[in-house]
Amino acid sequence: MIADFGYGILVVSLLVSLYSVGAALTGVKVKSTALVESARRAMLLTWPLITVSALALIYLLVNNHYEISFVYEVTSRSMPTYLKITAWWGGQAGSLVFWSWLMAAFASLVTLRKWDRDREFLPWVIVVSSVTLAFFLMMSVVFENPFARLYQTFEGINAHTFAPADSVVFTPADGRGLNPLLRHPGMIIHPPMLYLGFVSYVIPYAFAMAALITGRTDDRWIRITRRWSLWAWLFLSFGLVLGGRWAYDVLGWGGYWGWDPVEIAAFMPWLTGTAFLHSVMIQEKRGQFKQWNMILVILTYALVIFGTFLTRSGVLSSVHAFASSPIGPFFMGFVALTLIASIALLIWRWPDLGSETEMKSMLSREALFLLNNLLFMSVLVVCFVGVIYPLVSELATGSKVTVGPPWYEFSTSPLFAMLMFLMAIAPLSSWGLSSQEKLSNINKPVLGGILAVPLVAYALWWNRITEMMGSWPGVVVSLAIVLIALGLMYLFRKLLWQAALVASAVAVYLSFTYTTNLIALIGFFLVTLVLMVTLREFWRATRARQHAQQENFALAFIRLVGRNRRRYGGYIIHVSMMLMAIGILGIELFQKETQGQVAAGEALDIAGYTVQFEDVASWNNPSEQVNYTRAVVSIYKGDQYLGQLYPRKDMYFSDQQMTTATQPMSIPGNLSSFKDDLYVLLVDWEPASASGATFKIYVNPLVNWLWIGSLLFFIGVIIAAWPDKDPEYAPARARGKAYQPSSAD
Amino acid sequence: MKRHLRIVLPVLALTLLVAGLAFNAALAQGSAPTDDDVNAIAKQLYCPVCENTPLDVCPTEACRQWRELIRQQLADGWTEDQIKQYFVENYGARVLGEPPRSGLNWVVYLLPPALILAGAFVLFRAMRTWMKPTVTEPAAGAAETPQSAAPSQDEYISKFEEELRKRK
Amino acid sequence: MTEINETAPKRGVPLWVQIVIWVLLLGLMALVAVTLNKRQQGSVQPGAQIPDFTLTLFEGYEYEGKSEISLSDLRGKVVVINFWASWCKPCEQEAAELQQAWAEFGPTGQVVFLGVDYVDTEPDARVYLQKFGIDFPNGPDMATRISQMFRTTGVPETYFIDQDGVLRYVKVGPFTSADELRSQINALLP
Repeated sequence: MIADFGYGILVVSLLVSLYSVGAALTGVKVKSTALVESARRAMLLTWPLITVSALALIYLLVNNHYEISFVYEVTSRSMPTYLKITAWWGGQAGSLVFWSWLMAAFASLVTLRKWDRDREFLPWVIVVSSVTLAFFLMMSVVFENPFARLYQTFEGINAHTFAPADSVVFTPADGRGLNPLLRHPGMIIHPPMLYLGFVSYVIPYAFAMAALITGRTDDRWIRITRRWSLWAWLFLSFGLVLGGRWAYDVLGWGGYWGWDPVEIAAFMPWLTGTAFLHSVMIQEKRGQFKQWNMILVILTYALVIFGTFLTRSGVLSSVHAFASSPIGPFFMGFVALTLIASIALLIWRWPDLGSETEMKSMLSREALFLLNNLLFMSVLVVCFVGVIYPLVSELATGSKVTVGPPWYEFSTSPLFAMLMFLMAIAPLSSWGLSSQEKLSNINKPVLGGILAVPLVAYALWWNRITEMMGSWPGVVVSLAIVLIALGLMYLFRKLLWQAALVASAVAVYLSFTYTTNLIALIGFFLVTLVLMVTLREFWRATRARQHAQQENFALAFIRLVGRNRRRYGGYIIHVSMMLMAIGILGIELFQKETQGQVAAGEALDIAGYTVQFEDVASWNNPSEQVNYTRAVVSIYKGDQYLGQLYPRKDMYFSDQQMTTATQPMSIPGNLSSFKDDLYVLLVDWEPASASGATFKIYVNPLVNWLWIGSLLFFIGVIIAAWPDKDPEYAPARARGKAYQPSSAD
Repeated sequence: MKRHLRIVLPVLALTLLVAGLAFNAALAQGSAPTDDDVNAIAKQLYCPVCENTPLDVCPTEACRQWRELIRQQLADGWTEDQIKQYFVENYGARVLGEPPRSGLNWVVYLLPPALILAGAFVLFRAMRTWMKPTVTEPAAGAAETPQSAAPSQDEYISKFEEELRKRK
Repeated sequence: MTEINETAPKRGVPLWVQIVIWVLLLGLMALVAVTLNKRQQGSVQPGAQIPDFTLTLFEGYEYEGKSEISLSDLRGKVVVINFWASWCKPCEQEAAELQQAWAEFGPTGQVVFLGVDYVDTEPDARVYLQKFGIDFPNGPDMATRISQMFRTTGVPETYFIDQDGVLRYVKVGPFTSADELRSQINALLP
């Protein structure tokens, strides 16, 4: 009954969104404001409708209605209520409804805004978002109905939306239960955040399409959507970081990011989104790069849709992938439609998007932003090739290949290093770099040479020559890198020399005391450089303001950031990226691990820590159908006792079939400090004998800075994205004025 | 003097840095294979039945068996390369973390750098054309005035600049 | 990934660029579509003619003294191909039944059982075979050459091929009883 009701509502919301498309289109054709208004109201109706449908689904989930196939798949009697609710997005069918629900919420929000100045956009924004919504609802209604019941026919038990002939409803006694990996708190919020990020990119895309269709290709759509895209970016970033934290806490491989195709599918829109955030500033200020920004918005949305498709249709092989699903061909059609329509529109309007571009110098602010975009696009190219190539290989040669972390790491790390260098000079650009340095006077061959060196080094890098660090090609690369550093330092000598000096000192110090790893030294050099330059920028500007306005330092700092939220929020994000880089360098390059079997009372030593095995116990928790095995280990550093850790192995059983127990989960015991994490996993144990247990122990240096950096990152984004009083209406100002008293920097 | 110092000091620092680098690549090998020896190799291999999971962290029974196989091979005196070779021959190239450099797989090693270099080239050329002042069309972007070429500076920044100049 | 030359306003996208874009898009879509189709096919369906393949057999598990066996050599016999692995728990449920059925049908000379060991290690595979006393021909498929041909979706899976080399029945998952196995074979015998 409830199920029929929920399904009915879902069908109604599909019809409403289709009506909304039709009404908006007709409204444009017959120039009827009333029809467009009707379409807008229909759009606003979808969210409440889907909410009702979702509540019906939650009711079924919570009340153990196992005759519903989806409920049977993702819940079981032993699960606590809150997990039964979050099981909503724990499987394909439910998460599609969840997606539609979020999508409808965003679409409604955007239709609620004041449209006075942008009437001509309204119908097209409605069309684009309603088409997307209708598509996702259609998948739920036709292919992945979360309300489908299990029916028993003589052919067996299968899920059907409508009762087949000669069938009876089949109600299993208990459900299969949510995948234990998904029961972790991080996993409960990670998918919603990621979906939020994905879904909210629909809005900038809808506006971009509206701008293309109406031919109103000025900056208006950018101004309306820039904060949307910032929030979308925040959610997407948050989703990615949470996914990393979840992997670190639950997957038990001592890492946070595995360059898995599905992770990369979520990372790719982040890359284009980040590039867009940067290049959009130039369009806002200077009206340049209109075409490029349009490409970036379309690309971001296309990557969201394409990535979702790859993951959900079962095309990609991955630990995250959903099982092969009937939505594949239909979804594929939608992806193709989106891409074809967007590209066709873009080509059609291409000439109207043109804007004359001029540039004072190769090292002007605009040029730096373009370089930044080039680098983000380069990372994107690497990721895209890495994700797609296994498909090509499988089809062309029949043999599967793994494009794994080693490949991604060596191909992206030089690009990340160059991005870090750009971050180091970013604050300088706002101080009128070109005028100070007269860089345009440098003759072009020299400049070309300087740009060519990193490219050549990069090409050499690709052939993995650096693997042989001690051999001559390794030396060549090292020299090349040193030369680039010197060349760039020379170019920016006046602005960078102090920071570069400190950074070199740090690198020299580390090279004598801590590591001889060249990559690490370059990394820490760049981190220090960026931190020095950015923090000095804060210092300098605050001091100056303090003098100019006669304020105390703290107040001056707060006002400074408050008045230039986007600029200083951006710098805070840069600083946070550097903190994250410290963590990444630490764990990637200096992770230590050991594994061994020890008897009770014995200990394993690693990196100054002593891990002593005390005890292990195993017990069943029948009410939750889980077996826990928990070890107790004491941690010492030298003679100092630091405490105990309790690495665990959890084994969930589905029903009574002990044979199909799910894979055991290894929950690490983690002793975390700013310096390093001691991460202890219980690998194996002997149930009854004294021979003991096997532990795997990682020491992950500096990894905490990754999480600290993430926190600062969110603060930075929120500062940058915090709404002004009326952000959309203020800024048309000031084009043509030399100076902009702006918070929109 | 100060000007020279600005250049000399970083150069000196970098020279020291290069001097500080010592390359050592000697790996000690024990006789009876420990778990760490096994993991060192398993880390570089990928589970042939699960997707994208390194063998050293893969929790399945199948992977446990493969780790035992590596241990056996190590005990029999096989080298790391021989073991990897064995896995590739038996289970196919997918056990390696990256595609082997042969045949079609070169795509993965040549295409991205080629695209990136092409992108860099196109960008560089475009930037060079933009630097030549073009004939301004008043109609298209009239709002764009040449003055706005100076990076936007708000009033504070101009004041800071002044302040800073005074204090130097 | 191409940057745009924005120097000349009011200039459209050159034709060759348009062609390149559409061709690339088409190529990508085709690639994904073919892969999608492959993933959705599922295993080979009954009625299909199984192409010939050769299985190298484990030592001690040869077929009539030969260390290799080809499907084409077995025309005129019912062939039961069982995919299994030593790390696969459900396979153990049916191992004894398979051997039991082999003991009944093998001597008639009309039926051949073939065990295909899917992505496994040989020492463990041997332990498994010994544990269940299996003595019908068995060989490894470590590089998934044969299982890809059958597009298996997991282990265990059992394929029944008739005297003409046509697939007649597929069993996904373990047999629950020897009777089920027997009746499937009997259905194919004259």
